[in-house]
This record gives sequence, C-alpha cells and structure tokens, in this order.
Amino acid sequence: MGSSGLFTLVPFIVFLPVAGLLINMIFGGRMSEKAIGVVASAASGLAFVVAALLGFALWTGSGEAVVVRFADWIHIGDLNVAWNFRVDTLSVLMMLVVAGVGTLIHIYAIGYMHEDVRFKNDIPRYRRFFVFMNLFIAMMMILVSGDSYLMLFVGWEGVGLCSFLLIGFWYDMDTLGRPSFANSNAAKKAFITNRIGDFGFLIAGFTMFWWFKDLSFTGVFSQAAHIASIAPGVILFITLFLLVGVAGKSAQLPLYVWLPDAMAGPTPVSALIHAATMVTAGVYLVARSAPLYTLVPQAQTTVALVGGITALFAATIAVGQYDIKKVLAYSTISQLGFMVAAVGMGAFVAGMFHLVTHAFFKALLFLSAGSVILGMERGHHHLPHDSHADQHEEVFDPNNMRNMGGLRKQMPVTFWLYLIGALALAGIFPLAGFWSKDEILADAFQKFPAVYWMLTIAAFLTAFYMGRQVWMVFFGKPRHAAAGHAEESPKVITVPLMILAAGALLGGALNLPGVHSLALWLEHTIAGVEAGQFNFLVAGLSTGLALLAIFISWLIYGRRPLAEGQIDPLKKMLGPVFTVFERKYWVDEFYWAVFVNRYVDISRFLANVIDGRFWHDFVHEKVIAGTYNWLSRTVLDFGVDQHFIDAIANGLGTLTKNISTGLRRLQNGFVRSYALAVLLGVVIIVGYLLLK
Amino acid sequence: MSQTIPLSWYLAISALMFAMGTLGVLIRRNPLIIFMSIELMLNAANLAFVAFARSFGVPTGQIFVFFVMTVSAAEVAVGLALIIIIFRNKHSIDVDLMNSLKG
Repeated sequence: MGSSGLFTLVPFIVFLPVAGLLINMIFGGRMSEKAIGVVASAASGLAFVVAALLGFALWTGSGEAVVVRFADWIHIGDLNVAWNFRVDTLSVLMMLVVAGVGTLIHIYAIGYMHEDVRFKNDIPRYRRFFVFMNLFIAMMMILVSGDSYLMLFVGWEGVGLCSFLLIGFWYDMDTLGRPSFANSNAAKKAFITNRIGDFGFLIAGFTMFWWFKDLSFTGVFSQAAHIASIAPGVILFITLFLLVGVAGKSAQLPLYVWLPDAMAGPTPVSALIHAATMVTAGVYLVARSAPLYTLVPQAQTTVALVGGITALFAATIAVGQYDIKKVLAYSTISQLGFMVAAVGMGAFVAGMFHLVTHAFFKALLFLSAGSVILGMERGHHHLPHDSHADQHEEVFDPNNMRNMGGLRKQMPVTFWLYLIGALALAGIFPLAGFWSKDEILADAFQKFPAVYWMLTIAAFLTAFYMGRQVWMVFFGKPRHAAAGHAEESPKVITVPLMILAAGALLGGALNLPGVHSLALWLEHTIAGVEAGQFNFLVAGLSTGLALLAIFISWLIYGRRPLAEGQIDPLKKMLGPVFTVFERKYWVDEFYWAVFVNRYVDISRFLANVIDGRFWHDFVHEKVIAGTYNWLSRTVLDFGVDQHFIDAIANGLGTLTKNISTGLRRLQNGFVRSYALAVLLGVVIIVGYLLLK
Repeated sequence: MSQTIPLSWYLAISALMFAMGTLGVLIRRNPLIIFMSIELMLNAANLAFVAFARSFGVPTGQIFVFFVMTVSAAEVAVGLALIIIIFRNKHSIDVDLMNSLKG
C-alpha cells in the first residue's frame, strides 16, 4: 500500500516550520517583507500539506496509530525516551487545525504586521515576528505529534516560550507605540502563571515515571489498568496534577488570569496562540490521556466542574468589557471551559469537535477584530493633524469599543466576516458553533446536569456579549472621529478571513448528527467514544436562549445605539453587578494582594534582611571582612610586619650605624696617627710571627 | 782584611736607622722632615739588603737596592709635587692641618 509510506513524512511537520524560521533568521535581513512573509507562510502551508497527506494515509489505511521512530533522545538505565512521532487520528486532527489555521494567520499577518510595524515605527521587527510564528508552529507540532508525555512536555514548554515571546513582541511599548512595560509585564504574567501549571504537569510526569517506568503513551496506557488496581490513588493523583497543567495552558480557573493580558500581543498572535491552538493544548492533553481519565471518575468530575465553572465565570466577565480583544479573550476562556468540561465528562469527540470549530470562528473573530483595529488606526491616521497633535488631552485607544460604532458602513467586508464569526460563536443554526456546542450540551445533559446548566447559562451569555459587541462596534453612529474615517483592510487580510469564515459556516459538517464522521475518525484513537445523541430539546433550548440573548442585546445596545461618552446602559440596569463583571471579580487585585504582594514581601525580606543584613552586613562585612581586616591589620601588619620583619631590617641598620659611629673616631685625620697605626700593625704582625 | 765586621753590626745599625726614621715620621710635623725620615728608613732597609747580600755572597740584594733608590727618587719627586700643591692651597705644609678626610 503506497500510502503507508507517507507516514515517514511525519518529521517534516516539525522541520518545515524550522526550515522556514532558519531561512528568515539567516537570510531575512536581505529579504523583502513580502518574501519573509511568503517563506513563513509556505513553511506553515507545507506542514499543512504534510498533515493532510498523513490524514489521507490514515484514512485509506486502517486508521490505527502509527509510531514513526525518529531519533533516540534519552537513554539512562531503564528510562528510554525516543523522539517518536505518533500519527493517529487525534494527532493528525490537531496537526490539521494547527497548520491550517496557522497558515491562514501567517498570510493574514503579512498584511497586518506590515501596517503594525509602521504604526509602531519599528520596521526591522517584521522579520522577528515570522521567526517566532514559525517557531510556534514547530513547537505546537512537537506537542501534538510526540509519542510520549516527555515529548508532549517539550512542545508544551516550547509553545509557552513562543507565547511569552509573542505577547511581549512589542516589549518596549504599549499598543499605541508609547514607551511602556505593559506588554513585557503581560508576557511575564503569562509565562509565570503557566509555570505554575507546568509544575503540575511535571509532578504528574514524575509520578508517572515512578509508577510506570515509562513515559510513552502506549506504555503508560497499557499499564494504567494494572496500576489502577494495585494503587488506585496514583492515577487520580496523576490526572489531577495534569489538570493543573491544563488549567495553566488552557486558561482555566484559577490560572486563567494570564490570557486576557496576553491580548497585549499582536492580533495574529491572539488569534493563533491564544485562541485557536496553544490554549487548546490542555484539551488535547486530556483527550490524549483519555485512558487515564476514564479510570478515575473523580478526576473526570473535577475536570468537568472546572471547565463548567470557568465557562460561566469567564462569560460573565466578557459581558462587562469594553476592549474588543478583551471580550474575545474572556470568550475564549469561556469556550475553553466548554471544551474542558466536555473532555472531562468523557465526551471527547464533542470536546475535540468544539476545539476544531472554535479554532475557525475564534481565529476569524480575532483576525476580524484585528482588521477593525487596523481600520480604526487608519482612520485615526487620516484625521486632521491638530485633533491629535495634543497628546495629553486624551489618548486614542483603537481597541476600545466605546470609540467605535457604525463601522458596518466603513468596513463592510470585515463586518460580514465578523458577523459570521459572532453567530457561529453564539451557536446559531446552522453555523459550526451550533453543532459543536450542542453536542457538548447534549452530552452534559445526559451525564452531568449541574455542568449542563452552567454551560447553558454560559451559552446564553456568549450570545449576549457577542450581540453587544456587534451592536457596539458595527451599528449606530461613530463615537470617535477615527471610527468615522475607518477604512477597509486590504485583500491579504480579508481573504484568509473569508477562508476561516467558510470554516465557521461549514465546520459543523465535520460531525453532523447521524453521520458522526469525526466520532468515527477519532474512535480509532480514543477507545469507547460514543457518538453524541442529538437532543432536540437541548438544541432547541440553547438556540432559543441564544436568539433571546441576541434580542436582549438589541434591546439594550441596538435599538438606541450608545452615544458618544454615554455610560453602558447595562450598567444602569445591573448596577453593582455590572461593576463586578467590569472589574473582573477583582481576581487580579485578589491575586496581587494574596500572592504577588506576599511574594514581593518575601523577596524583599530575603533581599533586605537575609541577603542584605545577614549575608552582606553580618557574614561578609563583619565575619569575613572583619576577620580578614583584624588578621591583616593587627596580626600581620602590626605584629608580624612592623614588629618582626621591620624590626630585623631596622635593627640591622641601627647596628651598622652604631658600629660605624664607633669606627669613625679612628679616622681622626692625623697622618701621623695613621702612620702609628701602621707601625703598630707591623709590630703586632711581626711580633706574632716571631713569637709563634 | 781577615777580620770582617760581623753581619749583626750592620743589622743593628740598620735597625737603629729604621727606628730613628720611624720616630721621625711619627713625631715631626714638617713634611720635608718626614720625607727625610722616610729616606732614612729606606736606606736602613738598603743597608740590610746590602749587608745580607755581602754576607750570603749573592747579588740579588744589591740589585734590589738599586730598585729601592730609583723608586724612592720617584717617590720623592711625586711627594714634593704634592707638597707644593698643598702649600698653594693652604699656605702651610703642616701635616696636622691636612685632615680633610677626618671621619
């Protein structure tokens, strides 16, 4: 069978992006912007082709997992970790999403970064962006294609690094190009928060190694049932600590706080890393670890609850945000909550299905939001100069929805694309989000009613905040002169959006009820998946709620559009509750007060008291330097040098002087006394000779 | 001439002359007198040389005497020149005043 030979292509999904980044890193300085973008996009696009070939090989073959040995990595005693690629339906699905959405976002970024580097006035940084993006694709591919938890962890850390690098891409300026540390602080926040999650992953990995003596998926899963029977707590321990990792990477409670701040990165980054791919790594991890999770219902319950609560919690915050990207960020957290809840309940197909559709429509939404922001910046640029010459008066924020309004007329293409994304996210029939979200809800309805209700309310809120956003951004009248002058984005930006919009429209076809193509695809990898039952009651209720939410948002924001400077009408209705949403439940402030400030206090204590006063002032100054000074000054200088060595030298000098003072008297200057001395000498010598 | 004067007599004269010369060097302050005393000591030595040469019948001592005479003549010439220079500087030739090298 010729297609099985295709499996040996699998290393290229990692090495093609690496080749792209190397080309851009080494030769990029002499290449035009367009060439850099094309190389990076081609690297990602070829990786997609390879992933598609792998999918074809699986589809024509048996569909069973194929492990491609690439290289030995660690070989110590019994531990034997190789760099193996695992090609199975789950990993290929992830590869297709990562490379597919990634390629579209690369193409989009060619146009977006072209304008962004000019707006920020740092054109050479264009190349660096694509190097980081290709590195991200490579790392994400390592994550999804690794055949062991250790390889997965390598990718897991690698994408975390890329996330850090890209959030802090404009590390020395804020979104408006003014000097600021805001972006680098956001990058650090993301990195450090993820560190906490990775710590959980590591603990799980060490435990796994201790009990299973193996880290490869096959090895771990084949022993899981046996270990569970002899030590039931171990699997629970491993799965719960894996959940900590999931909470960090997939921005679940209580570690979600980094994701909203991660919007500091350029918009393509928000779309690719912080919406479509990297943040879904946690969902992938749980789906991949399905054989472990299905052994411990308590862990599944915990995962489902974490997901459900996060979905609801983040959806409420999204209602109270004004930054166009922050709304989407909290929406992403909320949708990740849906996925995590799904895989937690054992509805792995539904979770992965939602992961794929969400990648389409959330990337679409983010990129459209980026197009809106660029349009606003262009509009701002076209304003008469005197209106923004005075920087101190009011700083223009292109992300703020309160500055927008009426963009439907200025940016019609972006408007329609955004609308498709928003409707897909809200779960309106027959867009992709409807199918995937309803499959999750239907599974939850059967398996976990509490989570079902949380998710249903979250879905209602999702439709509401998306409605609010669309009314605020695209309808009504411009609330800022920049919105009135906004311009449509070029084709390089809108065409990738159209492809994503097609995905958002038709993505539901992946796993239509009754056909269940995704379930059939994934059942080769995840044992015991059952196709979700389509539940008309659930689907009807959620669609009805979504339509109701959109209607309510129209009542509040659409019927009487927000005027310039007007406070949010919802704030009047909900009062302090809205303030709670707007202030994000003060979680950041709480973390600052409880963790960050305490950490700073401890650091300060260690620096000032332990390091400063104890080590520096006492140990170094008093004990070491003091002893040394005493030894050198008192003992060696005063005692030995001055009173012993100097004494010898001075004594010799004094002795010589005294002797010579005595001998001087002999030199009295009288010739005759010298003659007498000669005579006496002669007499003595002769006398001696005679008397001898 | 069968009875010759014994050697010891010559030596006694020589010692006496040498002692007189030594005394003269030590107690006189006039450099001319001191020179004469030195000559006396040299001639005492010459007398001893000659006496020994005659007594042992070898010519070495007599030849030595010629050397001593020559050297003493040169020495006197240098010495007198020095005395003249000193006199020009100090307007005196008292040896006790020549104490510039006193320690």
